[in-house]
Amino acid sequence: MKRQRGLLVLAVVLLLLPLVLPNAYYYDIAIRMAINAVVVLGLNLLIGFAGQISLGHAGFFGIGAYATAILTTQFGWHPLAAMAAGACGTAMLAALVAKPIFRLRGHYLAMATLGLGIIIAIVLKNEAAYTGGPDGMAVPALGLFGFELNGEKQWYWVFAANLLFSVWACTNLMDSPFGRALRALHGSEVASQVVGVDVARYKMAIFVFSAFFASIMGSLTAHYIGFVTPNVADFFHSIELVTMVVVGGMASVFGSVVGAVLLTALPQALATFEGWETVAFGSILMLFMIFLPRGLVPTLAAKFGRGD
Amino acid sequence: MSAQFLQFLFSGITVGATYALAALGFTLIYNSSNVINFAQGEFIMLGGMLTVFFTGAGLPLPAAVALAIVVPAVVGMLVEKLAIEPAKGAEVVSLIIITIGASLVIRGVIQVWLGKGTFSFEPFSGNEPIHLGGATLLPQSLWVLGVTALIVVALWLFFSRSLAGKAILATSCNPVAAQLVGINTQWVLLVSFALSAAMGAVGGILLTPLTMTSYDVGIMLGLKGFVAAVVGGLGSGLGAVAGGLLVGIVEAMAAGYISSAYKDAVPFLLIFVILFFMPRGLFGARVTERV
Repeated sequence: MKRQRGLLVLAVVLLLLPLVLPNAYYYDIAIRMAINAVVVLGLNLLIGFAGQISLGHAGFFGIGAYATAILTTQFGWHPLAAMAAGACGTAMLAALVAKPIFRLRGHYLAMATLGLGIIIAIVLKNEAAYTGGPDGMAVPALGLFGFELNGEKQWYWVFAANLLFSVWACTNLMDSPFGRALRALHGSEVASQVVGVDVARYKMAIFVFSAFFASIMGSLTAHYIGFVTPNVADFFHSIELVTMVVVGGMASVFGSVVGAVLLTALPQALATFEGWETVAFGSILMLFMIFLPRGLVPTLAAKFGRGD
Repeated sequence: MSAQFLQFLFSGITVGATYALAALGFTLIYNSSNVINFAQGEFIMLGGMLTVFFTGAGLPLPAAVALAIVVPAVVGMLVEKLAIEPAKGAEVVSLIIITIGASLVIRGVIQVWLGKGTFSFEPFSGNEPIHLGGATLLPQSLWVLGVTALIVVALWLFFSRSLAGKAILATSCNPVAAQLVGINTQWVLLVSFALSAAMGAVGGILLTPLTMTSYDVGIMLGLKGFVAAVVGGLGSGLGAVAGGLLVGIVEAMAAGYISSAYKDAVPFLLIFVILFFMPRGLFGARVTERV
């Protein structure tokens, strides 16, 4: 019952939000929060629930964004087909590298995923004939059934619905046998193996799944912004995503949403610091990790004596 | 072919020596605290940028260099004291984010203080290239190699001959046991952060006349140092040096023979190949995990 209540609260918030959003700028921030929240949800399944770190997730996001950009503009594909192709390509890449990567643990795994993300970013930057190089490229608007999505207000509903669906899917997934197997694997790989969890297969499945999520959001984001640059795939974006997971709370579905909302809003709020925003952002990250190492939502939930 | 090959080899070894210093820094901190310090690259940046600043302020080069080593060492100790120590026992991901936060702070301060420009200073002993087997070598490269070799030897002596070095080794093996025999493990942590920061700074100072520096060079240099440490096997000093040289040489060869645009991707491809065949790097400890 509890998770239905959380979902209901989120739905109400998303429905009422347009009443208080004064202009397109705030709509834009709300949309970016929702985009990050969905990617972070997928990443949290991997990091928080399954206990496997990925420092290269922005790479998958970037593949989705560029698949959409390249296939629609240069090959004239339908946006949905381009999105699907990007997501399937990303999933295949993730599946391909999952086997060697997940033989690694801890820092070695962090290194390998970090490397993967950086390689993707460098390829996007260098293949200028297709990607437009460091300057990026324009992406056409998303048109479906003769109806073209444009303007922040229309996109808001797309991403709000997306977020709601993702939260619902994640809470259900984590309560399924699949989710329990992942959590067992996080607790102890050997113990879960002993009770019959195929560790390698589950790790691969969740990695592919979260990469798929990231790619779809990359495609949608490319359509929404109407422009992509290689920065979407860079190391710093990957770090931002991981930070959102950890600040919100590992293994907490609503933590992902809170983390994404906070850390998307933070740079906007810090923009007034004129040059000091990097310093402020870094200090806030450290303070969060030192004083709330378990993340915001799990810490608060424990404090007020309610399970998450 | 051979002259060209030699030329690439020289530039590879020179950059590789800096990676090796960074990798040694990663290794030292990893051994004493199990933390991967993502701020390591910023110490490299600090070394170069501070030398530029102090010479610009009118100090003679030796004094500027000395200050550019001491200040990062102090910054390293501050990072340990203010950020790593209070977060004791946190998960790997949290510690990674803390060190990334520290690197953002360091980079941000330098960006505000010294600006976003690209800087350099005169090489230590002139620009007259040395001709060797058809290839040329800048005197500065010899400085890089010589000082790196000195540091490696000094570190080896420190860890094998001195009581302080042995205390650090003991702490990395087993902190509780080390504490029981009277080693101040708090102090060991501080010293290893100061040492790694100083080593990174030295690398940054030596490399700056060759490659220039700016507030954001630390990211890539640090990541490549991390690659070098992992290639060699985390925790192994010998591995860090070998990994650094290997990464530098492979990168220079790829830039020369294949494509200079993909130069930065090469170390990361290398890490895939090596980890695929040797999941613990070239010289990593073969450990069995206890359940």
